[in-house]
Amino acid sequence: MTKQVPQSEIRIEGLTGDAAIAHALKQCDIDVLSAYPITPQTIIVEDFQKFAADGEVKTRVIPVESEHSALSACVGASALGARVATASASAGLALMWEILYCAASMRQPIVLAVANRALSAPINIHNDWSDTYGARDSGFIQLYCQSCQEAYDTTIMAFKIAEDHRVLLPVMVCIDGFILSHNVERVEMLPDKAVQDFVGVRVPYQVLDPDNPITMGPLCLTDYYFEFKEQQDRAMKAVPEVYKAVEAEFKEMTGRSYGVVEKYMTDDADIIVFTHSTPAGTAKAVVNAMREKGEKVGLLRLKMFRPFPAEQVREAVKKAKAVAVFEKCMSFGAPSNPLALELRTALYDLEKKPMVTDFVIGLGGRDVPPTTIVDGIEKTKKYLQERSAPMYETLGVRK
Amino acid sequence: MSERFDQVPIAGNIIKPGNATQYKTGGWRAERPVHTPDNCLWIKNGTCGRCWILCPDSAVRLIEKDGKYSYEYDYDYCKGCGICANECPTQSIRMESE
Repeated sequence: MTKQVPQSEIRIEGLTGDAAIAHALKQCDIDVLSAYPITPQTIIVEDFQKFAADGEVKTRVIPVESEHSALSACVGASALGARVATASASAGLALMWEILYCAASMRQPIVLAVANRALSAPINIHNDWSDTYGARDSGFIQLYCQSCQEAYDTTIMAFKIAEDHRVLLPVMVCIDGFILSHNVERVEMLPDKAVQDFVGVRVPYQVLDPDNPITMGPLCLTDYYFEFKEQQDRAMKAVPEVYKAVEAEFKEMTGRSYGVVEKYMTDDADIIVFTHSTPAGTAKAVVNAMREKGEKVGLLRLKMFRPFPAEQVREAVKKAKAVAVFEKCMSFGAPSNPLALELRTALYDLEKKPMVTDFVIGLGGRDVPPTTIVDGIEKTKKYLQERSAPMYETLGVRK
Repeated sequence: MSERFDQVPIAGNIIKPGNATQYKTGGWRAERPVHTPDNCLWIKNGTCGRCWILCPDSAVRLIEKDGKYSYEYDYDYCKGCGICANECPTQSIRMESE
C-alpha cells in the first residue's frame, strides 16, 4: 500500500517544464539516457547531464550524433533490461521516425519526453502538436501535460505504465514547447525514496543475455507479422486499465490525479470545449468567465491521446449540443484535423450526436489568447443556430 | 504457421535457437517449377543435375535407387525463383503459376 508523503518531506521548487522532467528522470533512477539536444527540449538533457557530471545519478549518458542514433541506443539498452529515457522535439522526433516503430513493436518500455514544436518548413522553433500527432500511429502511448507539475508527475507514472507486463509499450510525455518547457512554475517534488519505491525496479519481460541467447526484432513476413500487430494492439487496449491503477496509487501518495480525460463543468454544458495541453488552461479561464455570465459551457481536457479514450470522451460529451475542438495541428488534405477526426469517429455510433466544430489554432507558436477560444465558442453557437458547420476552420490567421 | 496471436512469443522474439529448416519459405512462391521427365538428363542417365546444384534453397532432391534416377521438389522451401527452369539445358522444367 502506498503511503501519502507527508507535506514536510515535499520540496517546493520553481521549475520549467523541461527541468521538472529532468528532475523526474533523475528520481526514477534511470540506467541510460541517450538524447540529442534540440530546442525546446534542450534543458531536459542539459539538466540531466549536470546531474550525471555531478555524480548525482549513476545513469550512463550516451552522447550521439543524431536522434535516430539516440533512440537506437535507447532500444538497445532497453533490450538489455535497462530503464531508459530520451527526449526530443519537432525535426528530432521526425528523425527518430524509423526507430519509433522499432521501439514500440519490440515492446521496449522507453520514456520519451517531447517538448512539442512545429515542423519545417519554414523553420520554426515554437509550439504546435504536428510532431507528436504525426507519430500517433507509431505505437507509443501519448500523454499530454498542462502544467510543469503534471509534466513531473506524468514522467514518474510513465515508467510504471510502460514497464507493466500487460503493456510493455513506450510512452511519450508531451509538453508544449516554450509555453511549458521554458516557463517556471511551482512544482511539488517528492522525496527520492518515495519516487523510487513507487516506480520500483524494472522487471524486464525478456532480455538480451549472452548466457541465454535470444533474437529480438527478427525478420517476420506474411506468416506471422499480422499476429504480432494484433498482440501490439491488445497491449495498447490494456493501457487505460493500467493507467487507472498507476494513477490511483500515485494519488494515494500525492493527492494528485489527472485521469485520461479531465471534465470541467461538462455535466450541464451546452457547448464543450475539447482540447489538451496548455490551451486547456486558457479554455478553463474562458469557461469560468462565460459561466459567470450564465452561459453553459464546459471543458473536456484530453490527457491521453494514444490510446484514444473513446468511451470516456463519448460519455462526457453525449448530452451537449456541440463540441468545439481546438487543436494545434493540421492534417493536410484530410476531411478535418487529427483531434476532431478522433472525436468524430468516437461519436459516430451515437444516435443523437452533438455537433462537432473544429478550430485549428496556434500553429508555429501563434499565441492562443482567451479571445481565440471565445471566438470559437461564438462561432459554434452560430453554427448551432444554422444547424450546419464547416468541417474545420482556422482561428488566429490574418485573413 | 498456425499459432494464434496469443501463442506466439512477444514482439517476434526468437527465444530458442533453431535453423532455417524451420522457415517454410515455400509460402512466398508465386510460380512453381514443374518437371517433364522426357528429356531430363538425370533421369535418362544420371548426368547433369544442374537444377540440384543451382537451387539456392536446396529444394531439389536427386534420388538414385537400384540404378534408376529420379528427383523431387520440396515445395515447403521452393520460393519459385525459376533458376532451375532457366538453367535446365534441355528445357525439362517449366514454371507454372500457383
